[in-house]
Amino acid sequence: MVWVNAVVQGLMLGGLYALFACGLSLMFGVMRTVNLAHGDLSVVAAYGSLALVDALGWSPFTTLLIVIPGMAIVGFLLQRVILDRALGVSALAPLLATFGLSIALQNLLLQIDSPDARILPIGSFGIGSWRISSQLSIGWFPLLTLGVAIVVLLAIELFLQRARLGTAMRATRDDAATAQLMGIDTRKMYALAAMLALATVGIAGVFLGMRTTFTPTSGSDYLIFAFEAVVIGGIGSVRGTLAGGLVLGVAQTVGAQINAADPILIGHLVFLTVLVVRPRGLFRSSVLA
Amino acid sequence: MSAPAAATPDPAGAPLPAPAGSGAGPRVRRSARFGWIAFVVFAVVVGLMALVPVTQSVGNINNLTQLLILIVMGVTWNLLAGYAGLVSIGLQAFIGLGGYVLLELADHNGVQPFLALGLAALICGAAALATSFVVFRLRGGYFAIGTWVVAEVFSLITAQVNSLGGGSGTSLNSLSYLEPLTRLKDVYWAALICAVLALAGVYLLLRTRTGLALTATRDDEDGARSLGVRSVLTRRIAFTVAGIGCGAAGGLYLMSNLDIVPSSAYSVNLSAYMIFIVLIGGVGTIEGPVIGAVVFWYIQLEFASYGAYYLIALGVLAVLMTLVLPGGVAGLIRRFTRVDPFPVGYTLASEEPTSGGAQGP
Repeated sequence: MVWVNAVVQGLMLGGLYALFACGLSLMFGVMRTVNLAHGDLSVVAAYGSLALVDALGWSPFTTLLIVIPGMAIVGFLLQRVILDRALGVSALAPLLATFGLSIALQNLLLQIDSPDARILPIGSFGIGSWRISSQLSIGWFPLLTLGVAIVVLLAIELFLQRARLGTAMRATRDDAATAQLMGIDTRKMYALAAMLALATVGIAGVFLGMRTTFTPTSGSDYLIFAFEAVVIGGIGSVRGTLAGGLVLGVAQTVGAQINAADPILIGHLVFLTVLVVRPRGLFRSSVLA
Repeated sequence: MSAPAAATPDPAGAPLPAPAGSGAGPRVRRSARFGWIAFVVFAVVVGLMALVPVTQSVGNINNLTQLLILIVMGVTWNLLAGYAGLVSIGLQAFIGLGGYVLLELADHNGVQPFLALGLAALICGAAALATSFVVFRLRGGYFAIGTWVVAEVFSLITAQVNSLGGGSGTSLNSLSYLEPLTRLKDVYWAALICAVLALAGVYLLLRTRTGLALTATRDDEDGARSLGVRSVLTRRIAFTVAGIGCGAAGGLYLMSNLDIVPSSAYSVNLSAYMIFIVLIGGVGTIEGPVIGAVVFWYIQLEFASYGAYYLIALGVLAVLMTLVLPGGVAGLIRRFTRVDPFPVGYTLASEEPTSGGAQGP
């Protein structure tokens, strides 16, 4: 039962990782670039939510109404001010620019707030759980996180597969020059992808803040987890990203049962094993090849 | 170092069509105008630097040791990012490993510390070679983060080894046979030797066929492969050399600071430093990382006490340099002087000597 519990908790933790990974997967899928400030931007969203909670007395859930559009605007600005230019400089420039942004954001948060750990208060909902047996109980909040992750990832997959805009986005990814000839405004597609990605980053950040404590430097860890989820699932596959997040979550919680000292290390080792054994990921890309 | 494209025709690697200065028509040449001046300046600077322990105060020797370590780190990172087209934010894996291997060899196995420094660098090269078989499955941004995961794995494993001090770190004891001042001087000279070796090594590597294959792969991987360049092998060589350089930097860092903790020896901030150095100095130039290291070293000495503001400014500076001045200081100097002091590429020299200027590699 201990193991069943570990797997169940891992799946729910994996939901959070999948939520983090979704924006990374989307941006790479459309623009072929990696935003190294991804984790830090989610922490910015968590701090933004905290500020709203403190100032207006809202529930963290209500702050999503402002955080999600707010982060979409951040995504638009990120794309137009930094990434568009960086993509024009060289293939490596977006990495360098977003890494610089990551360092600046972390320290800006340190300066505005403090190194102390923060949490978004959700009251009794955060500790409520559905008790199945003495060793297995399912927390309401982790379950909700998993549900939100599944909904968000499937919605993005459907959007890319069915919607006209989604098709245009995939066309931009496949061949930007030809897409442009077909009348697609590729710059707009990039901005839209960044907005969508950052909106999910906002959701991930707020859910992170409700689940556990965060500090200005927490972003790095979640960038790594998000990245591992993407690679385990198979780069470019949104459905794979969901599965990758779940695998990583389970690896960490089951790892905690094996070696309580370092569950994170077990997660990293599972990631490296997948990379060696199945370099294209467990689930070959479906939508975003 | 094997020439990767030895068996196949490699136009860029072919012998120079005609020696400089013979006959008419366009010709390809490498040496730039004033090339010899750069070497004289380099030799003089190295000579002056070698005299630092005799002429300077203890504080200056220590500060300049840190500068030399930054130069080694910058030159190494630039080899990957500037010439191999590989941006990594995980080279701290080999910086930390270098420190810990040195510690293990010197403190626990009785190896002479300065010999252990060399061995640690070579072991880090071997570790980098082994690592490349995993991380080379990733590309671009994913390669960058993949190497970071490797650094985290090294850090987490190191923290579990009690004989190495675990998570709370330990100190290097085997240098205590030296007087503090003698130790300071000896470590300084070791750092100077490492910096010169790193610079000369990268410069000479880039002038071989391997170097040419490396830059060809960077510029157009498919094109290079279609001409027979073994691009993966070439990148593996570069990554191995980077491992050696980082191992030496990590060993030197331990020798000069004497304390080592996994969380800072494997810190991603080290990657941030390397990136700042190369961005400021100029990516893809030989002199760039040296200029960048000097600037970064000075900024650190003057402004590190401002803490978070200092790092915010550095982060913003990195963004601005990438977007506005991607060539860095070295690129700026080249644009105005049209001189490439340490040419590693070839330039097309036409009949008019006026257009035979230097251009970036």
